[in-house]
Amino acid sequence: MYDKGKIVPGLIIFVGLMLFAIFNNAGQKPQPPKLEKPEGYKECVLPVEEMKQSHMVLLNEWRDEVIREGKREQVKVGGKMFDKSLQRGCMHCHTSKKKFCDVCHEFASVYPYCWDCHIAPQRDMADQEAK
Amino acid sequence: MRVLYPFVAVLALILVAFLGGKVTGLQYMLGVVLPYLAFGVFIVGFCNRVMQWSKSPVPFRIPTTCGQGKSLPWIKQDRLDCPNNKLEVVGRMILEIFAFRSLFRNTRAEVHDGPKLVYGSSKSLWLFAILFHYAFLVIVLRHLRLFTEPIPFFVPLLEMGDGMMQMGVPRLYATDIVFLAAIAFLFLRRVSLRHIRYISLPADYFPLILIFAIGVTGLLMRYYYRVDITAIKQLTAGLASFSPILPAGIHPIFFIHVTLVCVLMAYFPFSKLMHLGGVFLSPTRNMSNNSRSVRHINPWNDPAIKPHSYAAYEDEFREFMKDAEIPVEKE
Amino acid sequence: MAIPKAEELGVNVAREPSLMTGAIPKKEWMDNPVEFKEGNFCYPAKQSIVEYHKFPNPREWSPTDDDWKLPDGWEDIILNGLKERLDKFRSLKVFMDICVRCGACADKCHFFLGTGDPKNMPVLRAELLRSVYRNDFTTAGKLLGKLAGGRPMTVAVLKEWFMYSYQCTECRRCSVFCPYGIDTAEVTIILRELLHLVGVGTNWILEPAANSNRTGNHMGLQPHTLKDNAGYLMDDIEDITGIRINPSWNRKGAEVLFITPSADVFAEPGIYTFMGYMLLFEHIGLDYTLSTYASEGGNFGLFTNNELMKKLNAKMYAEAKRLGVKWILGGECGHMWRVLHQYMDTMNGPADFLEVPKSPITNTVFENAASTKMVHISEFTADLIKNNKLKLDPMRNAHRTPTWHDSCNPARAMGLLDEPRYILDHVVPKWYEMPENTIREKTFCCGSGTGLNTGEIMELRMRSGLPRANAVKHVEEKFGVNTLSCVCAIDRATLTALVDYWTPNVSVTGLSELVGNALIMDGEKERETDLRFAPLEGMEG
Repeated sequence: MYDKGKIVPGLIIFVGLMLFAIFNNAGQKPQPPKLEKPEGYKECVLPVEEMKQSHMVLLNEWRDEVIREGKREQVKVGGKMFDKSLQRGCMHCHTSKKKFCDVCHEFASVYPYCWDCHIAPQRDMADQEAK
Repeated sequence: MRVLYPFVAVLALILVAFLGGKVTGLQYMLGVVLPYLAFGVFIVGFCNRVMQWSKSPVPFRIPTTCGQGKSLPWIKQDRLDCPNNKLEVVGRMILEIFAFRSLFRNTRAEVHDGPKLVYGSSKSLWLFAILFHYAFLVIVLRHLRLFTEPIPFFVPLLEMGDGMMQMGVPRLYATDIVFLAAIAFLFLRRVSLRHIRYISLPADYFPLILIFAIGVTGLLMRYYYRVDITAIKQLTAGLASFSPILPAGIHPIFFIHVTLVCVLMAYFPFSKLMHLGGVFLSPTRNMSNNSRSVRHINPWNDPAIKPHSYAAYEDEFREFMKDAEIPVEKE
Repeated sequence: MAIPKAEELGVNVAREPSLMTGAIPKKEWMDNPVEFKEGNFCYPAKQSIVEYHKFPNPREWSPTDDDWKLPDGWEDIILNGLKERLDKFRSLKVFMDICVRCGACADKCHFFLGTGDPKNMPVLRAELLRSVYRNDFTTAGKLLGKLAGGRPMTVAVLKEWFMYSYQCTECRRCSVFCPYGIDTAEVTIILRELLHLVGVGTNWILEPAANSNRTGNHMGLQPHTLKDNAGYLMDDIEDITGIRINPSWNRKGAEVLFITPSADVFAEPGIYTFMGYMLLFEHIGLDYTLSTYASEGGNFGLFTNNELMKKLNAKMYAEAKRLGVKWILGGECGHMWRVLHQYMDTMNGPADFLEVPKSPITNTVFENAASTKMVHISEFTADLIKNNKLKLDPMRNAHRTPTWHDSCNPARAMGLLDEPRYILDHVVPKWYEMPENTIREKTFCCGSGTGLNTGEIMELRMRSGLPRANAVKHVEEKFGVNTLSCVCAIDRATLTALVDYWTPNVSVTGLSELVGNALIMDGEKERETDLRFAPLEGMEG
């Protein structure tokens, strides 16, 4: 016997699963993430391209140096001193987690565990309360 | 030769993709045109192959019974290994497809002086096959993050689970390691076990090497080159939304990875990889062992085939039968 | 044909360089043509037999000849035949496409275990056909040829098919282990069908098939001879028990038609099983008849092709209809039950002129046979024992310490595993199982099924039967087993040769022989011997 009654629905399910992403995205054009750049700051600790590629590595190194080795000395880049700190360094300029970190992370489904320990900076809280 | 040719073929693909990834015009070919083409070939080819199978009937009910069948009410039936109805068949198929039940039975035979044949348990093929397939599945599902916008809830959950060890940045996925280890095992098994090596064809090595290369390029992209994931997602999610864009500055390794995946998809329907579909259609597994209680119909059963008739038989032997006092129809 | 002594063959199997013992063949399998020599092939079918079947290309030929006298255009005949079968059997199509050559089946085949010949690995046996399929029926094969594992149909390939489709007993053991359930039996069946298209077949199958067609049984016994022989066996029963049984033949209006392999009426040790059936039916007063027209339970068509299988099987329903019985009871036979269980109703049903089988003694309705209307003797007997309808004295079998051989087809194509064990529990004082990996669905074939129990390939048979014999030897040494019991007529013939060779102190019995021996018949005299005239325990003096 031919079992068409099982095979055809089976294939439809298969194709449906394969096209899941297409159905999921239907009618939407994915927008490239738009970051809010810090006001008044032009330079970061590393060039933009390198930051894009390796900020997570840098943060990891900083964490190890600061927490595990106690090396808290500041970093000097282009005549400016930066704290080796997520909250007092990075977030000093990039004041909003929501409008900076999360934009790309959410777009790419990246959930770093920074915030397991760190508290998101105040501006986000204020923004939220203002709503 | 049987390993070399597939190996060279995969190297050639990598080279082509690498060169192509450096040239902007070809980037569009490799990053947009090829994925659409390969995905189309995969879907159409897959369905076509299954439909080709479905055009041939299953003339007889031929399950391989791997346990006690249903007979007298007081005899305990092995419902999963010898199913008698659709529900039990579904149970058997679930075990087969999701737990590789038959492979789990595997034994290894050895002959010793005596002669003495011994059969040892041999679960390594089952274990690595399971690891390979499930790691592959999780990896494919994890990749949905690049194709979907919004990202469905289960993808981050999978990523959390997979990256539970919180090793390194970006976080190391357990499946990545399991995946490569399992393929390596399957490959080494193929070249080192003498009877497996003897039966292996280029078509057995090619997918292994290809998939291994896909895994390695994927790992390089994530852990070594740390390619611009937002740029890539613009491309990949664009593909899935039918509004493809090709952001500038994507690393060539990405194009190698994508090209290899496309080759795998396009190769799939024409290869042994179709066992994905075939396992559902295997008549020795997906049928109830109820052929004596429910009549199975064979569409090409030929009613013209008749036995040598009793009348002709009696005509030939009537006198003997009468002498032996065996009843006859015609005196 | 002289074959080496068991000691010598035992050393050969364990020591000769083969894929089984660790040697790796120097040549790739496609470049290693077969060589026919006396002892490694079954004799080809006689011209007259091929003519009788109206099969193509009847002629005198020998596999050792270079020229097999194939018909013109034989390659196209084969390829067209393959195409036709791909369109008829989904199993073939799917099995050709989805094998991943994982090798799980490789060391599951008794032919491979005994010979170490790589082409006896089920995967490679299938590749013999698959390579041709790939070359002519798949895109990859058409484009890439040998690189895609394809090869054209040549005489060398055909010879290989003949060699290895007759070194497979369609036992389905490989299919148990295959992750996709690929069943080499399906491949072997098709290979044999294709070979018949160009006149390549064996006499040991086609001649019994011709006999079955003409005389009703594969031995070619004419009706009076059949009846006479059964009569001699009834004389023996009378000598042993003092009871005279007169089975009826071709009797209209009986409730049950009983069909068993004809060897049970003619050849040792099947005859003792036949005596067991007769004692059982007499004991319970069953209203049954035997038939001379449908006097063969076995079906040599299964070993030949679909059409012949159907034609031979059709006699059973035809005879049941003519005699007006209510249902059919089938004797002990392996491949017979594969045909009855998995093919008969589909091929020759619906049997709407019969009734759903109901035991007249216990009133048990055999729902599992509601459509085919044919019941296995072990199901029937187990039901009788369960309902306390049999008076049994297991001590009559005290001189036997059996082990149980699951025959391939009842085990793997029917699921008949526990009924015979239940019976065995009640008819012998004690019996022992063989090791776990060699019983039930993992049982090993006798090595000579599907028409291979012919004398000219005796060494091959002793090799392919070695896994079975080895397990028997194990329980012989461990538990003192002296009897190998089974429900298969081919087994009764082939295992006898096998145990004579490998474990000479073990004898082979059908299950119903043990039942007959244990049955306490009404009005019987004190039994001094078993059904083989061997003294019972305590009666040796």
